[in-house]
Amino acid sequence: MRRPPEFLLRFTRAERWVHRTTAALMLTCLATAACLYVAPLAELVGRRRLVVTVHIWCGLALPAPLLVGLTSRALRADVSRLSRFTDVDWAWLRAVRTRAAERPAGKFNAGQKLYAQWTLGAILVILGTGLLMWLTHLAPPAWRTGATFVHDWLAAAIAVVTVGHIRMALRDGEARRGMRTGLVDRRWAEREHPEWREHPQREAAERG
Amino acid sequence: MGRRVVLGLLGLGAAGVAAGPYLQRAQDTVAGKDPTGLTGLLPGGGGFRYYSVVASVPDRTPATYALTVDGLVDRPATYRLPDLQAMPQRRIVRDVQCVTGWRVPNTPFEGVPLAHLLDTAGVRPGARAVRFSCFDGEYTESLTLEQARRDDVLVALRMQDAVISHSHGGPVRLYVAPMYFYKSAKWLSGITVTDAVQPGYWEQNGYDVDAWVGRSNGRDDAPTA
Repeated sequence: MRRPPEFLLRFTRAERWVHRTTAALMLTCLATAACLYVAPLAELVGRRRLVVTVHIWCGLALPAPLLVGLTSRALRADVSRLSRFTDVDWAWLRAVRTRAAERPAGKFNAGQKLYAQWTLGAILVILGTGLLMWLTHLAPPAWRTGATFVHDWLAAAIAVVTVGHIRMALRDGEARRGMRTGLVDRRWAEREHPEWREHPQREAAERG
Repeated sequence: MGRRVVLGLLGLGAAGVAAGPYLQRAQDTVAGKDPTGLTGLLPGGGGFRYYSVVASVPDRTPATYALTVDGLVDRPATYRLPDLQAMPQRRIVRDVQCVTGWRVPNTPFEGVPLAHLLDTAGVRPGARAVRFSCFDGEYTESLTLEQARRDDVLVALRMQDAVISHSHGGPVRLYVAPMYFYKSAKWLSGITVTDAVQPGYWEQNGYDVDAWVGRSNGRDDAPTA
């Protein structure tokens, strides 16, 4: 496929599908959770066994897109970018705190790295506590009470953070285009992600 | 930073599971003293939760409600709400414990002891169990005859000292004080005396038939009766 020179490839097809399926699974989990625990919604929807079944299977499937996606070299490169916090990222955080205009960033800024790490950690914890609640003979009852407690509060936190994620996306059409089509405007990339390099190692090394 | 966020969340999650029972109790204590009811909005907040296994449950008014008693009895009968209200009533105040973990302290239920209805119908020899059906068209429950005759098992007409609302299973629901709350079937419409226990709706999905609070379903809650 020929790409116009004013565009940069930000996300490959594999990466976009990992994002899309993870988002769909997570939103389904949140929606079914609301139907199980928000009383007016529960009264409206009912069908408890069906809703529980959908919730459990979408929850179990939550890490699957990422695991399958790891076969993609582009996704592995982005995982390595996201898991590395460099001086550039500390500078970005300082710039946000002092409301400075110039905010240096590689392919991903520090906020996006924190969000990605939050997502991975939250998925693992919500999945682990969910398993404890589902496989009731796996652990003593006290664990299950604790798991339910963590699951409830973390679910609420995930809902809040996800709303924040969607708000950020709504404010930046170019970032959305990157996730929708894979391509972003070169000038946007130079403005928002000046330190973005083709190879993650180089991105990290230049500001060692 | 880097991977520390992920590891931190995992650590926090594990600590939360360990400390959860204590934190949940603390949250419930605070919620119990909260006059505004705002704590009910917190995740895992106190109070009753609405569970229904069907899409929508029809409304039954005092004019349209009917309870049938049949099966292995000498005198099958159908009762209207005023018939039930005219029978001897009993008020019980105990905690309600759901098998999913939530507990509501000191909840009054009032209604006709199930034993009275069984005696009125005349249970035949050979009967060993009671099956309950509901006007949501789907939910079922069951008790052994011995359990059904306990004096803390009611056909409840009132809850929290008021008429039972539709979302709490009104106008008439079962109340089985010593067992997990799924035994207290909402929207009760039928009582059938049978020769053997037929597992109810959730029991066909893995829950215990003898659902004593604290001694079943792998849980160790404090008994409610």
